[in-house]
Amino acid sequence: MSTADLTELGLAEARDGLKAGDFSARELVDAHIEAMEAAQVLNAFITETPDLARERAAAADKRIAAGEAGLLEGLPIGIKDLFCTDGVRTTAGSRILDNFIPVYESTVTAKLREAGAVMLGKLNLDEFAMGSSNETSYFGPVRNPWRRAGDPAAELVPGGSSGGSAAAVAARLALAATGTDTGGSIRQPAAFTGIVGLKPTYGRCSRWGIIAFASSLDQAGPMGRSVRDVALMLRAMAGFDEKDSTSVDAPVPDYEAALTGDVRGLKVGVPVEYRADGMPEEISALWQQGMEWLRAAGAEVREISLPHTKYALPTYYIVAPAEASSNLARYDGVRYGHREDGGNLIEMYENTRGSGFGDEVQRRIMIGTYVLSAGYYDAYYLKAQKVRTLIARDFSDAFGDVDVILTPTAPSAAFARGEKTDDPLSMYLNDVFTVPASLAGLPGISLPCGLNGEGLPLGLQLIGRAFDEETVLRVAGVLEEAAAFDARPAQWWREA
Amino acid sequence: MSVIRGATGDWEVVIGLEVHAQVISNSKLFSGSSTTFGAEPNTQVSLVDAAMPGMLPVINRKCVEQAIRTGLGLNARINLYSVFDRKNYFYADLPQGYQISQYKQPIVGEGSLTIDLPDGSTREIGIERLHLEQDAGKSIHDLHPAKTFVDLNRSGVALMEIVSKPDLRSADEASAYVTKLRSILRYLGTCDGNMQEGSMRADVNVSVRRPGAPYGTRCEIKNMNSMRFIRQAIEFEARRQIDILEDGGTIDQETRLFDTKRGVTRTMRSKEEAHDYRYFPDPDLLPLELDPAWVEEIRATLPELPDAKRERFIREYGIKPYDAGVLVSEQISADFFEAVARGRDGKLAANWVMGELFGALNKAGRSIADSPVSAENLGGLIDRIADNTISGRIAKQVFEEMFETGADADTIIEEKGLRQVTDTGAIAELVDQVIRDNPDKIAEIKAGKEKLKGWFVGQVMKASKGKANPQMVNQILAEKLKD
Repeated sequence: MSTADLTELGLAEARDGLKAGDFSARELVDAHIEAMEAAQVLNAFITETPDLARERAAAADKRIAAGEAGLLEGLPIGIKDLFCTDGVRTTAGSRILDNFIPVYESTVTAKLREAGAVMLGKLNLDEFAMGSSNETSYFGPVRNPWRRAGDPAAELVPGGSSGGSAAAVAARLALAATGTDTGGSIRQPAAFTGIVGLKPTYGRCSRWGIIAFASSLDQAGPMGRSVRDVALMLRAMAGFDEKDSTSVDAPVPDYEAALTGDVRGLKVGVPVEYRADGMPEEISALWQQGMEWLRAAGAEVREISLPHTKYALPTYYIVAPAEASSNLARYDGVRYGHREDGGNLIEMYENTRGSGFGDEVQRRIMIGTYVLSAGYYDAYYLKAQKVRTLIARDFSDAFGDVDVILTPTAPSAAFARGEKTDDPLSMYLNDVFTVPASLAGLPGISLPCGLNGEGLPLGLQLIGRAFDEETVLRVAGVLEEAAAFDARPAQWWREA
Repeated sequence: MSVIRGATGDWEVVIGLEVHAQVISNSKLFSGSSTTFGAEPNTQVSLVDAAMPGMLPVINRKCVEQAIRTGLGLNARINLYSVFDRKNYFYADLPQGYQISQYKQPIVGEGSLTIDLPDGSTREIGIERLHLEQDAGKSIHDLHPAKTFVDLNRSGVALMEIVSKPDLRSADEASAYVTKLRSILRYLGTCDGNMQEGSMRADVNVSVRRPGAPYGTRCEIKNMNSMRFIRQAIEFEARRQIDILEDGGTIDQETRLFDTKRGVTRTMRSKEEAHDYRYFPDPDLLPLELDPAWVEEIRATLPELPDAKRERFIREYGIKPYDAGVLVSEQISADFFEAVARGRDGKLAANWVMGELFGALNKAGRSIADSPVSAENLGGLIDRIADNTISGRIAKQVFEEMFETGADADTIIEEKGLRQVTDTGAIAELVDQVIRDNPDKIAEIKAGKEKLKGWFVGQVMKASKGKANPQMVNQILAEKLKD
């Protein structure tokens, strides 16, 4: 098999090939390092670790030869630069951490390493995961590997915040990648880049060692090129961790085994409130198509109501910044990271944080500080928490009638860079379909189901009951087969 | 009622205390770091304590148990559901940029304790609440002319903030409250009460009012770590407020610091400068839900507390209330006393423990914990007094030797030959000798100078080197003089 061919494999296929001895982990990893190095123009990685990857690949080959292969032994993946990695710079896409090298490994990446996965490097993201376009990274924007058919010059965003992860997987620089999702940060970029991204139930994956954005919402999840690949990744990532009090002590099933292809008799809900005004016709049509595919596979599709949906976005943009304003207080220049001295302590704080954080992060810290302030707490934060409870109740009511919910992932396909940066509100609207499930802590997956008129991928989202990732994956597998999405971006970045 | 006389009439001072008590536990409230005092700076700091990116707090069960134990010891309601909140503010020794504390839903609700006042009376003081929170690190400003050093060893150590109701009415009462609270915490083993090391500190809220009037505006005096300073600060602050009010002024609600050198309080920050702490529930921690069975288990292991012990000592050993109060103030002295008193004369035991032993310890600068005289040996000494082996006077001599050498009473009595002479013949011989040597004095007695009998007793005791049983001397002398 040629080097180029090896990057064509999916995660599960590569696993099977290694097992069969068709190629070595070293060859597989080298092929991806080559692809990574040839794709600098995408700016998907903040830190590349090819030497470390080769070293770990060699070790993986030894374990494979010794019959001690882990679940993901020798498989090259990318890690979002929000996961702390022992001895490898971890920046959160921020200047304030541009020199930060952790001495510890996040639980999720430690589990992936234990399973044998080989890290290629640290993937670009919106600063502190705050963004929907990967334009807020201190290390520059990520380019979407996809281009508009009629307008190849327009540089498109890959979505965010896991934009580097999405671009790397879509461009076949990595077999799969980790992402994190707070309000849609896995699902929306997956939709924008034609890949699969799963946000697990809140508490399914440990948050220990993941740089916090909004603690009650943040959740790590897998991004890959097939439903099977994310099922495989999730199995290695998930599990209870006593170091994270909000992680849940529940057994981790074999998610791949859940892909039975059988959805007969399953009830699929379609929320009427998601028929947003101004939704592009192509997206409505794709959604309709999704329903029909599932009906054809023997599922029953019915309308449901999630009445508090319209409050989800404002609720999210109170809760998430509130938590962020407090979570980011530790970046003060005192102990680690960027520091800019001043005449006294307060000045040092102001200089450090003023120059260390970008505009969007500062905007959210200010919003969060405001909504928690004396006199505003009840009107904003407390009210938002109450609405959040109502939104969660909408879902639990709905799940009395249906087993899974089908929606579009995002209200548009990938947009061009700079198109929304001057208007935070229209940027925030990108999360309109993903945020409700985040607030309810429910698992959601986005998978590519078609192209729009400009040849850009569009995704559909499935939302499931808490800790029922299996049903979500099973239905996604059926949709994936029906959609038979095989479009892929041309490798223009190799010429660049 | 204790009142302060002002130029325009009487005033009453109203005091409430917030005591921060460091929890006795091997590790910190939300991390596994050690809590030992006095370690090299920044050697007891985990990734969580230093607030490294991505680190998460995990509650320490032991600290929760200690808070429950303290709540039970203060007769307080244990809240089976409580919530940890973040108190947000920036400071160099606060690595997270917030302190994890409990705001609206603390682990312990209302309770009470009884204070003992110098005049022997008691008062019940209400406890408003007790909550768990993290301590901050320590900023050290005097090691470098321009820089501040930060030691994070203390960062994240568990504190109990115990808030009293505004029930205290004088510096004496406040002092008695801290004394009693400290004693209870030490009995419970939940805080070592060491104010010098900072394991117990108090914020003191002071206001004044005309007797019976509504509460006045209060000022909070921060971070007091000595009983003496607490008293001084209250007295100064009450007088300061009275002077302002009597001059027609008003009190500004503010936070003040006590200047220990000058003995005055001064403004730290005014109400306008007060922090907006932006409390909100910590999303990294689930609400704390307690199993009522666990609370009962803890209740079953509570020790006898000072008040109950004091009552029992008065009842069982017949000692004076004041003495009982002194003995129970520390568990170790109460235990010592009880080991001495059990099966013996309680009053005698109390006299020996509080008189000779405490006196000697005090003089030697030692504590009861390292007393050279064990309870067993002191008991043995009292036994030898009771069975007339030695007199009370000789006993003091034996005690001194005991304090020097740690030996037991019998050994000392034997070695020094201090056994009391109770042999009638031997005593009679001594009496005869003294009578023979002093015919003139005998004549005087016979002439009616009865007082001289005492002089004769003294001479006989002297001749016996103090070992003769004084009662027997009296008896035999009386008989001889009748002849």
